[in-house]
Amino acid sequence: MPPATASLSAPLVALRDVGKDFPNGTRALAGLNLEVRPGEFVSLLGPSGCGKSTALRIIAGLSEPTDGVIEWSQAGTAAGGGAGIGFVFQEPTLMPWATVSDNVFLPLKLKGAAGDTATERVEAVLDRVGLAAFAASYPRELSGGMRMRVSIARALVTEPQLLLMDEPFAALDEITRFSLNDDLLKMWQALRTTIVFVTHSVFESVYLSSRIAVMAPRPGRIFTELAIDAPYPHDQNFRTSAEYAACCRRTSGALIEATAAGGAP
Amino acid sequence: MNARLAGARRDQRERVLRITLPIVVLAIGLAIWELAVRIGGIPPYVLPSPWLIVQMLGSDWALLSKSLLVTLTTTVEGFLLAAAGGVGLAVLFNQSRLVEYSLYPFAVILQVTPIIAVAPLLLVYLPQYAAVLACAWIVAFFPALSNTTLGLNSVDRNLADLFALYGASRGQVLWYLKLPSALPYVLGGLRIAGGLSLIGAVVAEIAAGSAGAGSGLAYRIVESGYRLNIPRMFAALLLLSLAGIVIFYLLSLVSHLALRRWHESALAAER
Repeated sequence: MPPATASLSAPLVALRDVGKDFPNGTRALAGLNLEVRPGEFVSLLGPSGCGKSTALRIIAGLSEPTDGVIEWSQAGTAAGGGAGIGFVFQEPTLMPWATVSDNVFLPLKLKGAAGDTATERVEAVLDRVGLAAFAASYPRELSGGMRMRVSIARALVTEPQLLLMDEPFAALDEITRFSLNDDLLKMWQALRTTIVFVTHSVFESVYLSSRIAVMAPRPGRIFTELAIDAPYPHDQNFRTSAEYAACCRRTSGALIEATAAGGAP
Repeated sequence: MNARLAGARRDQRERVLRITLPIVVLAIGLAIWELAVRIGGIPPYVLPSPWLIVQMLGSDWALLSKSLLVTLTTTVEGFLLAAAGGVGLAVLFNQSRLVEYSLYPFAVILQVTPIIAVAPLLLVYLPQYAAVLACAWIVAFFPALSNTTLGLNSVDRNLADLFALYGASRGQVLWYLKLPSALPYVLGGLRIAGGLSLIGAVVAEIAAGSAGAGSGLAYRIVESGYRLNIPRMFAALLLLSLAGIVIFYLLSLVSHLALRRWHESALAAER
């Protein structure tokens, strides 16, 4: 349902002809065009080293494009504004010296938000990721999957319009990854946020996304875009459906073509 | 269940061994020493027996304890100044490249110049008390400086990105990210600094010795040497050594308490 309505509205953020050169001379991205519409779940899918993460960092404002522009639909969402963007790294990236609730509280603290409302928001978002009972724990006392949940809670605590996720589940075991996939979909639908999700897994991208942007490497660019029009909810039944298998085959084919279209390593 | 019990028992035996073994070795060593002195009839001005040293510690306690207090005061003051100076300077360096470039080479020069060679000069230009304190400070501040610098530069890059994403100010980055990240390194540096400030104090006291109105433990050692009062030399040495051990363990304890909830180094010790 979200993709159908979303595709009609103006993009929340658009990358136009974005290129990025690294100081060592590598051309990481060239002529990258991508539009992200409100409410979408877009996956950036590509082989390692194709510039997926670089594109995500550019959207987040953590890296400046060498050329091209980033257009935001609303003022205030722009890079550095912060409140509009949540970021989840591949590693949980928690502060080991702080409790779970202090870690989640961090974005609010940096924004100068304090008091009861902030505390309530931390509690609410911890409840949403199922870690309410672990508020006083330290990160080292949690499993890898739980740490990633804390990381997601921290990204959601500011109620961002755009959630950027950089291969967040790549380091987790399959069972944990599946359950986080399902929870992420639930949260996405409940919060009506927009997600850009970087992954190198065909299966994960098909399961989660409303749209997949397949990237070609050297230099990184969008090779093709695939709409996943299977109706939501995507749940465990979807994983074993013929529809899912067909989408995966299609996406996998596109990924192989994209990889072949890339320059020599 | 049985295996776990056996494991726990083995752990406990290990712990008991770790404490008792060094004590046993020490006792055997002291016994051999005592016997050798007695059987060989070695005069006390060549090598006093352990028992004589302990007796000396008792009979000279009034004098030695006063000296111990003097040396300890210098050491603690030098250590505190070194901790404040080293950590403070590291933070300043971290905040301003210009200051770092201007001052860091001189910090290194202070560190690499042997303190024993600098002490006599300090004694020329400073009142003795200040000179001794300066020596303790000079040798102790560098580990605090270099370890804190290392710690401040060891921040998780992704966490730093996260702070940037949320528009954190320099002050917030320093206070909420860099200083907590650096804490294990700072505490490691301070543990080294504690021992070094004792060494600095001793070096300065010895350098001042012959000139001296000094009354610290190292001064006592020099003085006893001149008087061929070897047992008292050993007694003073013993006290110095004990002071060093106590300083080291106190700082280790502080470090453990500060890190035990989250840092790997403290966790390993708990297992």
